[in-house]
Amino acid sequence: MPTHTRLEVTPPPNTDEVVQQAIEAHSREPGGLLPLLHAIQDGLGWLPPGCLPRVAAALNLSRAEVHGVVSFYHDFRTEPPGRRVVRICRAESCQAMGAEALVDHACARLGMAMHSTRVDDAFTLEPVYCLGNCALSPSVTVDGTLYGKVTPARLDVLLDQPAESE
Amino acid sequence: MSAIVYVPGDAAARSLGADAVARTIRDEAARLGLDLRVVRNGSRGLMWLEPLVEVSTSGGRVAYGPVAPGDVAGLFAAGFLTGAAHPLRQGHTDAIPWLLRQDRLAFARVGVVDPLSLDDWRAHGGGRGLDAALAMAPAAIVDAISRSGLRGRGGAGFPTGIKWKTVLDTPAPQKYVVCNADEGDSGTYSDRMLMEGDPFTLIEGMIIAGLGVGATKAYIYLRSEYPDCERVLLAALDRARAAGLLGASVLGSGRAFDIVLRRGAGAYVCGEETALLESLEGKRGEVRFRPPVPAQVGLFGMPTALNNVVTLGSVPAILADGPDAYAARGVGRSRGTLAFQLGGNIRHGGLVEVPFGVSLATLVNDYGGGTASGRPIRAVQVGGPLGAFLPASALDIPLDYETFAARGAIVGHGGIVVFDDTVDMAKMARYAMEFCAIESCGKCTPCRIGSTRGVEVIDRIRNGERRPQNVALLRDLCDTMTGASLCALGGMTAWPVLSALEHFPEDFGLRPAAAGGGS
Repeated sequence: MPTHTRLEVTPPPNTDEVVQQAIEAHSREPGGLLPLLHAIQDGLGWLPPGCLPRVAAALNLSRAEVHGVVSFYHDFRTEPPGRRVVRICRAESCQAMGAEALVDHACARLGMAMHSTRVDDAFTLEPVYCLGNCALSPSVTVDGTLYGKVTPARLDVLLDQPAESE
Repeated sequence: MSAIVYVPGDAAARSLGADAVARTIRDEAARLGLDLRVVRNGSRGLMWLEPLVEVSTSGGRVAYGPVAPGDVAGLFAAGFLTGAAHPLRQGHTDAIPWLLRQDRLAFARVGVVDPLSLDDWRAHGGGRGLDAALAMAPAAIVDAISRSGLRGRGGAGFPTGIKWKTVLDTPAPQKYVVCNADEGDSGTYSDRMLMEGDPFTLIEGMIIAGLGVGATKAYIYLRSEYPDCERVLLAALDRARAAGLLGASVLGSGRAFDIVLRRGAGAYVCGEETALLESLEGKRGEVRFRPPVPAQVGLFGMPTALNNVVTLGSVPAILADGPDAYAARGVGRSRGTLAFQLGGNIRHGGLVEVPFGVSLATLVNDYGGGTASGRPIRAVQVGGPLGAFLPASALDIPLDYETFAARGAIVGHGGIVVFDDTVDMAKMARYAMEFCAIESCGKCTPCRIGSTRGVEVIDRIRNGERRPQNVALLRDLCDTMTGASLCALGGMTAWPVLSALEHFPEDFGLRPAAAGGGS
């Protein structure tokens, strides 16, 4: 299945501004590194690695410490996601209702593997471990919106919709 | 007077289109020229009926569900605003047997009130616990919690009163209350429902904790998978500050207390209390060595009362109605109620708050109605990814901390996940090890390395390679992980693995035990 690593990714044009705002908002907060990183990712969709030395300097941390935190947490992205992000819950409750088959269906339909972004940047497909919707399994999120009782047919409908609908 | 229609704004209801239902109801009312107010309440917890729409009538609230946008015009035509008959009518909400048989304390207002209305919260008994606590000395608050028998609802079941007393008795220039809202166990969603459906009760519980232990600052560590909670909590905190519930002088008492909401970043291990504290401090979520315990040396090195959402959410009722009323419920050393959550392959999934001592069979069969697929139940996992798998033959055991512990199982956070007879239990055992490998913080070797080796050993067993030797190796590995891991993630991954092996040996290609235990 086609997966790829971007050879060259340019950070978004507003990166400096977003990073500066995040630093101003959170650098004096005790233990403020996570909120600061979230603020950057909320603004840009990912964490361009080039901005991390600035974050480290602002918090008086080493680059290694910041890298250690960024790489520890599943949520932080150091590559831009695809235009649509599909997360399929793989935890026990959803497995009891066919999550593995749903994963296989999504991979086959989108022509991509889990944990990857498609070569045309249209989709990022990743697992998630519990969305707190276990009475309505299986669950997925598409662009952050939660859906329950997702059959392969319902997933197809969600994937065919343009973003920001239902 | 305008009619009131309740359409849950709870994430589960929204995952089945509640927003579209709410929109359609507003549009249809406008088209018909009707004066109508839509309230986005929390969920009543009858998830198979979501979106469950309620209308306020002179005879009480009447429920209709599950409602799709396409049903809305028909509901208006049938006269649902007066509680009229319709195929989706479920009767008076309070008379639905599923709710009638529950004993809701922490969840008394969830699904009933407008989550962001302080007036609604007060009108339904909110704030009484805080009023009582403000008239009490710190030691008396802690003593009340001790006498109630309340134990940590996050999973470990540690007595809350002892934890609070430790914080109270540890002198320090600053103390903290931290709410663990990193509800990562599959099959659990009670924290989410409470935060979305009645956030002021959590806030009230946290303030009482602060008054009890002498803390003025607090954090809620919320998992990032719960964006709806984040939205509701931020709004609720703003309103609580505006109303003087939080701030420099709680309700004019002269005692300060404020809460900061922090978002996690997708690490299951941060539900472990010391990893959570590391994460709050802006570091990798790596587990700390204990002792010292967080109640002595916690957040930023200060004494910290670190409690789960439902634990803190249970506190107001204890202060409001007295510890004896709470302690009168339950069995043995498991006092009060637990909000069980039914999930997985279940016909009627949802939230059941009842006193401890209820049997698994009652929950899964009477409340749950068996499997969603209609096939026989084969296994039930209680207490999340680190809980044991129980065979269908063991469902008669009562749910309380001690009985479960004696059976090599855990009640945990009260999540119950049902599997039908199509489940491959060797695959589930493999998944338990895989999950541990994915989520291990990496600090201790048994968890970091053992989980990966565990996946490999189970793969060899499933492939039929030297089964007896590899089963012996797997048991040995589980023993090492159980005895030598720093926290419950590595230390309890063996429970689902070994319980699957014990109760379902045939799935591992082994001869079923001659008697007992099997499916």
